[in-house]
Amino acid sequence: MKKLKIGDLEKIRNKVRRTAVLRQGKSRAKITIHMGTCGIAAGARDILSALMQEIEKKKLNDVIVTTSGCAGLCSREPMATVEITDKPPVKYVDLTKEKMKKILEQHIIKGNIVNEYALAVGSERTH
Amino acid sequence: MEDLSLHILDIVENSVAAGATNIEVEIDERITENLLIIKIKDNGKGMDKETLVKVLDPFYTTKKTRRVGLGLSMLAQASKETGGRFDIKSEPGEGTDITAQFVYNHIDRKPLGNMAETIAACLVSLESGMDLRYRHRRNNNEFLFDTKEIKKVLSGVAISNVEVISFLRQYIEVGLNQIAKKEK
Repeated sequence: MKKLKIGDLEKIRNKVRRTAVLRQGKSRAKITIHMGTCGIAAGARDILSALMQEIEKKKLNDVIVTTSGCAGLCSREPMATVEITDKPPVKYVDLTKEKMKKILEQHIIKGNIVNEYALAVGSERTH
Repeated sequence: MEDLSLHILDIVENSVAAGATNIEVEIDERITENLLIIKIKDNGKGMDKETLVKVLDPFYTTKKTRRVGLGLSMLAQASKETGGRFDIKSEPGEGTDITAQFVYNHIDRKPLGNMAETIAACLVSLESGMDLRYRHRRNNNEFLFDTKEIKKVLSGVAISNVEVISFLRQYIEVGLNQIAKKEK
């Protein structure tokens, strides 16, 4: 494995700055991974990691990823909430890495809710 | 929880929820002494004495969303199962200090797991103004990661940016591999 230096981070910083200037607006979508004890035990960290790698691969620089605590439905973890600007938030349950990738592809990129993985479409909004 | 890195992520999430601005994660692999010590310290809102005595009860929680706690009690159990010990100190307004000590080669000692993934996930959870320091010692070798240093380099670019996180995950992975390699 090649040696990485913190100085290499400068290149990434400059690149991120350039794309942020190109974008010039706020993010289009926010994805929240529920990271309570129940979520972590059910595999939320792997979901988060797979999601971030996929976002990087697809160069989606207008999508924010964040985490939150337990949503109270521990038996349906791992869970994620997808909020597209000006659309009601959608809670997805019983996630796997593959399901998360499909949600990214179908819902975040194409704008179609993946009904078979969704628990509910609600009105509480954080984005 | 499958491994200790997931427990650590869970406890750091507690620190974030407690509004800590400084979170310290220390892993000390004292293989020659047959000990693994995990310390997590924060300057969050802390707990009063009454809460502290109840906190290791799996059926205690301050959460409103569910009626069981589990997080701290599971880490305590994981350490005690190896013949190790668990200690928690907390003061309201001062923060919380957790030490979990494991017998390194005990058959029931869970593997450490992927610390690079855990720290990357912690970085996504940190709110602005929160910092995380991660120190990993393996016998005499040490790896140190401090978001204060990283933020200086980033000068304004968010640490939670996917490309930044991806780099930092690899950086930690390489750093940890190096201290393991020096060992051999």
